[in-house]
Amino acid sequence: MAQPFNKLHWSRFVEYDQYLVPDSLDQALAMLAEFNGSARVIAGGTDVVPELRGRRAKVAALVDISRLPDMDGIEQEGGFIRLGPLATHARVAASQLIRDKAAPLAEGCSWVGSPQIRNVATVGGNLVSGQPAADASVPLFALDAEVTIAGPQGERRTPLSDFFLDVGKTAIDPSREIMTGISFPALGENQGGCYQRLAQRKALVLPMLACATLVKVDPQNKTFAGVALSLGPVAPTPMRERVAEQMLLGQPIGKEIIAKAAESASSQCSPRDSLLRGSCDYRQAMVRVFVERGLTRSLALAGHALS
Amino acid sequence: MKSVELSCKVNGRPVSLPVEPDTMLVDFLRGHLGLTGTKTGCREGECGTCTVLLDGMPVNSCILPALKAAGREITTIEGLARPDGSLDDIQEAFMDAGAIQCGYCSPGMMLTAKSLLEKNPNPSEDEIKHALSGVLCRCTGYRKIVQAVRDASCRK
Repeated sequence: MAQPFNKLHWSRFVEYDQYLVPDSLDQALAMLAEFNGSARVIAGGTDVVPELRGRRAKVAALVDISRLPDMDGIEQEGGFIRLGPLATHARVAASQLIRDKAAPLAEGCSWVGSPQIRNVATVGGNLVSGQPAADASVPLFALDAEVTIAGPQGERRTPLSDFFLDVGKTAIDPSREIMTGISFPALGENQGGCYQRLAQRKALVLPMLACATLVKVDPQNKTFAGVALSLGPVAPTPMRERVAEQMLLGQPIGKEIIAKAAESASSQCSPRDSLLRGSCDYRQAMVRVFVERGLTRSLALAGHALS
Repeated sequence: MKSVELSCKVNGRPVSLPVEPDTMLVDFLRGHLGLTGTKTGCREGECGTCTVLLDGMPVNSCILPALKAAGREITTIEGLARPDGSLDDIQEAFMDAGAIQCGYCSPGMMLTAKSLLEKNPNPSEDEIKHALSGVLCRCTGYRKIVQAVRDASCRK
């Protein structure tokens, strides 16, 4: 049925009363507290603004945290990568440190939206939006990332395994809290990882399936010393394939065990039938392909290619 | 709603005007400054026709709150020609290649091309396509547009 022009979501304008630009974290938290739930944090705004235009959310004020100091760094500290949540996808994708020490994340960030979106959208925002197909969230989940959240009661740290709650819902309340840090172990020797993506086009499209794979090899025993598999969108949140990971852990590296783990991963996930993103059956079949391929490629990147 | 003063630089000129806080950058440029070269399409950051350069970087002005531009420098299609009024190499190349049909995507295409060539004066075809991937052309003129950007890179 045809809709009148003023009912179409894109004909409507975004509405809020105040746009606040704090220059310190304390000030930002105080502003949020003052609005008592009716304000919302905005960083790059590439998710928040379309959401407000679609009237899927309503706010009295936006608190723009993009000018807060020391929140966009990309650094290594000991064995850990410390990522400022305000780092844009364009910068993370181009960072030599991330390409060397967290390759799946660099790859994932290079797929988010368009170049214009990547220039302003932040990796912190990608997490807070809580979408199951988010191209930065899926690799960060495999990397065992932990986020730091500042709120009225002080700071707390949450691993991503406790962070994603449902579609669009995470452990952070964007009307009261601010993500201040993202950290995860840097990939080192005998470790390798990759990111794979299935989509209808090569640009400007959410994935039908995304898969981040990491392995750590015990070089003496030629066994899996560590495995991480994360997938999206096959559930309401990005998903870790814990059963398949456990199957591989400590086992001798080989094609058969990889095929078994891939089969298990495929049976564990239940993507929706979608006219846009493929049927459940198709995507389950592709999960098997991606897990098998991802593990094989990750092993090669770790310097232990399957013979 | 209380207006707020927005000070920034647009096409090299300092601008300071009161805006309502929920104004998006594209509406500030078109409505407040009369710079209607920047187009609005989808209004949700998909089609890229609203692309402007923010400190030299392509961004979608339809989903960027105008106040984010405070203290920063914006280049619109009106600012692409040289100060003496002669056209930029990119504009010449688009005309020569016939890389324009309806013209609606052209401002976004040319500005992203400008930003690409500033960073990478000799891009490969893949690099050109990648850089332009955030602007949609519905007249299916991509071949000529890519050709125009390649031509422009040779004129430098």
